[in-house]
Amino acid sequence: KLLTHNFLASNVVGVRQGYPLRLAATAVQTREVDFSADFVRNVFGRVDYGVLREAAAGIGAGDQLPMEPDALTNEDFLRQMHHVLLEIEVVEGSLTCPESGRVFPIVNGIPNMLLTEDEV
Amino acid sequence: MPLLRSATADALEEMRLRELEAVLQQVDGFERPKVHLEQYVTTPHIAAHMLYTAATTYGDIEGRAVCDLGCGTGVLTVGCAALGASYVLGVDVDADALAIARANIDEAELDAPVDLMRGDVAVWAPARARPFDTVVLNPPFGTKNNQGADMLFLQRALACARGAVYSLHKTATRDHILRKAREWRAQCEVLAEVRYDLQASYKFHRRKSVDVAVDLLRLVPSSPSHPLIEMR
Repeated sequence: KLLTHNFLASNVVGVRQGYPLRLAATAVQTREVDFSADFVRNVFGRVDYGVLREAAAGIGAGDQLPMEPDALTNEDFLRQMHHVLLEIEVVEGSLTCPESGRVFPIVNGIPNMLLTEDEV
Repeated sequence: MPLLRSATADALEEMRLRELEAVLQQVDGFERPKVHLEQYVTTPHIAAHMLYTAATTYGDIEGRAVCDLGCGTGVLTVGCAALGASYVLGVDVDADALAIARANIDEAELDAPVDLMRGDVAVWAPARARPFDTVVLNPPFGTKNNQGADMLFLQRALACARGAVYSLHKTATRDHILRKAREWRAQCEVLAEVRYDLQASYKFHRRKSVDVAVDLLRLVPSSPSHPLIEMR
């Protein structure tokens, strides 16, 4: 989910700018989950909106969010955020560290952020 | 008639607790537990009590963003989702455990968005401080070749949570943990002391089962980087 993507960084030793990870997808699915306006409002402050929007655009869901975030009183906007944060799932794809180019594969919906011994 | 009302409320709670335990009994455990990872399943009974307390006494599950550090086959992850968490991320180092966790999540047919990630809890850190409201974990006890793993997991959990951390630790380590918690400027409360029936999961266990005294702890980081926005 793109909320998870927004929270992930490359922890490879020596990397200073391991964020945001470049998201690529070869298989995407959407799954409806219960909407909670309170949750979106609550989590909004922890989300990098630009990163979220770009990640969504990169997997073909870009036009669903406005350029700039709307007011958190606007329910349409909250619903758009809800959809982009929680309902889109990258099943197969990859995350690439912007600094080192290290690729973290996503298989069966699970990103593999495990590092090798010389990366920690 | 307050007495009657409270008795009914208690009965309702008891029912919900048993329902939760029943859901968690459907969660499959490890096929071949790995000794070096200290893999053992959080029993449905302990998991249900832990999460139920977090949910009903403290309001730390429903509507929250929760992280399960060292999720194993996903008992706590499934439990959090069943109790109405708005988002759950389960993190584990072991691909076999995650595959079982994925199947457990699918089978539980939960409405909540649940993600899994493969990573080493000892070195993994999220992109920014404290992205989760609540962190739940049943860390390795830190015995055998894993000394200190329990404390490392707990420290990581505190760095990820803005609200509270729920964790299980050997009662024998209580004083050490309380001292460490003070050092980390976290409040630490022992919510319950439970008997952990470690089934003979490993070959080196000579007895059929080993009873271990375990503390259910609740820790609150003292200075969350952002104030918790209270939800209605």
